[in-house]
Amino acid sequence: MGNKYSVFSLIKNALSYHENWQRAWKDPAPKKEYDAVIVGGGGHGLATAYYLAKKHDMKNIAVVEKGWIGGGNTGRNTTIIRSNYLWDASAGLYDHALKIWEGLSQELNYNVMFSQRGVMNLAHNLQDVRDLKRRTHANRLNGIDAVYLSTEEVKKFCPIINTSQDIRYPVLGGTLQRRAGTARHDAVAWGYARGADEMGVDIIQNCEVKGIKRNGDTVEGLETTKGFIKTKKIGVVAAGHSSVIANMAGIRLPLESKPLQALVSEPVKPIIDTVVMSNAVHAYVSQSDKGELVIGAGTDDYVSYTQKGSHQIVEGTLNAILELYPIFSRMRMLRQWGGIVDICPDASPILSKTSIKGLYFNCGWGTGGFKATPGSGDLFAHTIANDEPHKLNAAFNLNRFVSGDLVDEHGAAAVAH
Amino acid sequence: MFVINCPYCGERDQQEFKAGGEAHIERPKQPTELSDDEWAEYLFMRKNIKGVQYERWNHAHGCRKWFNMVRDTSNDEIKAIYKMGEKPPSI
Repeated sequence: MGNKYSVFSLIKNALSYHENWQRAWKDPAPKKEYDAVIVGGGGHGLATAYYLAKKHDMKNIAVVEKGWIGGGNTGRNTTIIRSNYLWDASAGLYDHALKIWEGLSQELNYNVMFSQRGVMNLAHNLQDVRDLKRRTHANRLNGIDAVYLSTEEVKKFCPIINTSQDIRYPVLGGTLQRRAGTARHDAVAWGYARGADEMGVDIIQNCEVKGIKRNGDTVEGLETTKGFIKTKKIGVVAAGHSSVIANMAGIRLPLESKPLQALVSEPVKPIIDTVVMSNAVHAYVSQSDKGELVIGAGTDDYVSYTQKGSHQIVEGTLNAILELYPIFSRMRMLRQWGGIVDICPDASPILSKTSIKGLYFNCGWGTGGFKATPGSGDLFAHTIANDEPHKLNAAFNLNRFVSGDLVDEHGAAAVAH
Repeated sequence: MFVINCPYCGERDQQEFKAGGEAHIERPKQPTELSDDEWAEYLFMRKNIKGVQYERWNHAHGCRKWFNMVRDTSNDEIKAIYKMGEKPPSI
């Protein structure tokens, strides 16, 4: 690697006052033709390009991004990583990603700050208890680490939780996945961008796709704001805007795009050293390395591309947070934002070929795509390169909405869809 | 977050309402005749438009009546509201 990051490069650059660091990726103009073009320069899109170049030897490829890389949902999520999903297909998909996360910083030579601080899911009623126990068993059968905790064990693992039985939705127990945790979301996009660029991938920012050119049932290229780009393979990884791109190609997707909100507090000293999620009352919280509480709210129920979201959604989440963590009652919130998430009817993603030859979609991650970034990129690259899905993403095809073979993960998705 | 002019109650805050998704998806007249593709189309496939979209809403915490709305999903601007059964306005 041309500019490998190490303690030696740090010392060397310190001597020149850090003014001579090479830029991490180039800013090329698009070529006339590529072997494959990825639409969308978020984590999933950049990871796809990275694995296409690294594992499938496709070097003449580009990523086109309408804004700047990592400026969409990659930079807007709450950075949680876990793989404790219910069904076998999901367990395979999400744990594949988690295994890549465990060595990602070394592989990319870029610190993605992956922190396996554990993720706890709380139960607040008897059905929660049954569902979470069932999910724990399912996880263990699939080789995913999971334990069920009693109320006392929840309190021991995270002492600031209010486990009083007098609150409206008392904590009756919970699950813990110790291998789960968080990562620095921006670094994931930057690390993959740098790695892909190093292998010759063109990362083209401020380049919006305006049309998809087809010849019958085969793709021929893309109309963009930087001109026409000829290509035989297009991988669309456009999150909330997937339906917009699908419409250009004349195909239909089972998606609805909705605002999902998050917010962070002022930074404080370390107070919560894990991630706690509560499905029933919709409260989840962790603490960033800067000290901010990172809080995820829910989705609005209407289709919108405004990246805003409604106030009552945030209010509802904060009500639940305050009941579970009275210690946060005087915290002040610094920032709130929204991202547009593309939600599938079964709360599982689509990584699939389409009825058009050379057109592939990676979408429908809904409220929980960040955790899957490395696995999603790896499997989608495999699908594009071989024109066939990998066995781990075969179940996540578009045809499942016709066959009825859905992968219902509403329980494990954790954010109410 | 916006204000919705319920055709029965007048202007109310959006949080009183429940969104009911894309409007004018006709229930199949003869469900037994439908192919799997047609079922998928009816049940799952959605326009999910960025721009002017026709949708159903319910005044869940008010009169509980359903009605239709034309809304620009790129800026949440409401273009028109009309009752169930009325002809959709062309926008």
